[in-house]
Amino acid sequence: MSHSTTRTTAALGEAAHDPVPAIAGIPAAPIAAERARPAAGPFAPVAWARANLFNGWLSTAVTLALIYFIARWAIGFFDWAVLHAVWSVPQTDAGPDPSACRDAKGVGACWAMIGDKYRFILFGRYAYEEQWRPAIVIALFIGLYAISAMRRFWRKELLLIWIVALTAIGVLMWGGVGGLAFVPQDSWGGLPITLILSTFGLAFAFPLAVVVALGRRSTELPAVRMLCVLYVELIRGVPLITLLFMASVMFPLFMPEGFNPDKLLRAQVAIILFAGAYLAEVVRGGLQALPKGQYEAADALGLSYWKKTGLIILPQALRLVIPPLVNTFIGFFKDTSLVLIIGIFDLLLAGKVAITDPVWQAYSTELYLVLAVVYFAFCYVMSRYSRGLEQEFRRTARR
Amino acid sequence: MSQAASIAPLRSSEPRTETTTQPAILLDRVNKWYGAMHVLRDVSISVGQKERVVVCGPSGSGKSTMIRCINRLESHQEGRIVVDGTELTDDTRALDTIRREVGMVFQSFNLFPHLTILENCTLAPIWVRKMPKAEAEELAMSYLRRVKIPEQAKKYPGQLSGGQQQRVAIARALCMKPKIMLFDEPTSALDPEMIKEVLDTMIGLAHDGMTMVCVTHEMGFARQVADRVVFMDRGEIVEAGPPNEVFENPQTERLKLFLSQILRGH
Ligand SMILES: Nc1ncnc2c1ncn2[C@@H]1O[C@H](COP(=O)(O)OP(=O)(O)O)[C@@H](O)[C@H]1O
Ligand SMILES: [Mg+2]
Repeated sequence: MSHSTTRTTAALGEAAHDPVPAIAGIPAAPIAAERARPAAGPFAPVAWARANLFNGWLSTAVTLALIYFIARWAIGFFDWAVLHAVWSVPQTDAGPDPSACRDAKGVGACWAMIGDKYRFILFGRYAYEEQWRPAIVIALFIGLYAISAMRRFWRKELLLIWIVALTAIGVLMWGGVGGLAFVPQDSWGGLPITLILSTFGLAFAFPLAVVVALGRRSTELPAVRMLCVLYVELIRGVPLITLLFMASVMFPLFMPEGFNPDKLLRAQVAIILFAGAYLAEVVRGGLQALPKGQYEAADALGLSYWKKTGLIILPQALRLVIPPLVNTFIGFFKDTSLVLIIGIFDLLLAGKVAITDPVWQAYSTELYLVLAVVYFAFCYVMSRYSRGLEQEFRRTARR
Repeated sequence: MSQAASIAPLRSSEPRTETTTQPAILLDRVNKWYGAMHVLRDVSISVGQKERVVVCGPSGSGKSTMIRCINRLESHQEGRIVVDGTELTDDTRALDTIRREVGMVFQSFNLFPHLTILENCTLAPIWVRKMPKAEAEELAMSYLRRVKIPEQAKKYPGQLSGGQQQRVAIARALCMKPKIMLFDEPTSALDPEMIKEVLDTMIGLAHDGMTMVCVTHEMGFARQVADRVVFMDRGEIVEAGPPNEVFENPQTERLKLFLSQILRGH
């Protein structure tokens, strides 16, 4: 009920809208002729560089030294990755002949290894002739992300699209219907596994997180609040790896004979629970940041708890926490790679196994570089997207 | 009927315009504590239908707490509050009824910043009164015209001046067609040049016969529209009566002191 802070918010933005009021008794001062805002000068990189990089001898020295090191490294990398790289090797009856790569070792990258192994890295041990199916799955995932990212598709139908797409993904991966050969889950692998774990993980963890965050703030239901606190604190206090081990090793011990959900599902549940606890704390931060007046105005209008929450509180709270939310999303996208510990063939493990091939054992640098680029591509797009979203919201709901 | 009568010298504090038998708002020896702090002490007041009551008093005297108890943004611990014949209890059905019939305007506007002005106004009619969208928009536009800002309907609250925002807040509350309007210092957060536009809107509302309880220190407004002025101090109603009597002829030292401070401040 602090009223004192509001004056500034109210007064802000005033000056821009209303003309200066004439004060009785004081003749209005002649108003200066309206002047156009001076045009911004053309962008001048030279002036900018001089002001920022070469102001003073110390700054100049640091700039030059940095330019020198960066250039040297970039040229060296370019030599290795492009100029002296081996792009392909001849195929013999006994398999690929890596002698060209061996000769270039230390001087040029061996991209031929990627060319030879890319299907294993992408799809793991999935039946070779059926690998068009996980390829379509990857395309479906990316299409799903693209559609969900566009605000004009933000309506009820989107939920339907998700259900249809995720069902199609399940059918494609498993098969066994409509003439598709059955592929058991333990031979899935590669990028689809990473995308499945992170997409299903976040798609389920996010609603869970919202419910837990709301539950944790519930004043009317102390039992619910305690349950939510317990969940968050327990899960947050344990490393993800421990949870994964529990899911894969301990969980079956406590289950009745014959009930044994597959390993991927158990890992998926562990990831959902883990991500849910973290996201719940992020969402709670947003709920706390909302001024009390928003809750009161909604109450005073007679909105029920769920309408207040769905129409007033969550839309604002979630917008406030887009940056930490996406930060957590990115973290979990990468953390799915921890499932390799319990032997699930995600992108990282598929890559690691690919270079156990005696022919390519020496070229792990190239492999990890490529994997890093794949992870980076997904994370960077997420990060850019969240920045765009933030700006858009800031434009519409200026405070 | 008023508890104030037993504290302050008796005067004609019965509402003048009360014609129907049932008061719009009745507070009967209401007590409220925040922890150990006693913030409402035996507050009793009856507001008749179409009556306009202005509440004033020093900061921290419990004015906000009292009017927030009327639509149960705060709950009281002792005594009875009856609004339009419905007693305020923990029963949620009673609460729903009362929230529909009582509109509230806050000092800090509390518009929803993620919704346009029009959406702010149509939200409750659509979701609480289940009004069709087109009808709700028509209704909202008619109230926005009434508070003289129909041209801002498509903008967001952050793009409006404080005075405009407060007028939208009034329109938003009116869209629920309330029988009673509560105002908690509606002009205190405004720059001086915008106070008048908001007060004019409220005066218009008073002339239309709305039952109003308004916490404000705008003496001019009180004189012009109030049927009764209630002075609160330290959680008690100290004096109550028609504005002229209360302002010209204060009976207690506390009110005299308060009035002198207000007048010096203005
Ligand atoms: N939520 C709260 N928790 C604890 N004390 C409060 C709360 N709200 C108000 N108070 C206290 O109750 C008293 C009355 O406050 P309030 O009704 O806001 O006074 P007024 O509106 O007349 O300035 C003040 O002493 C204030 O500090
Ligand atoms: Mg107050």
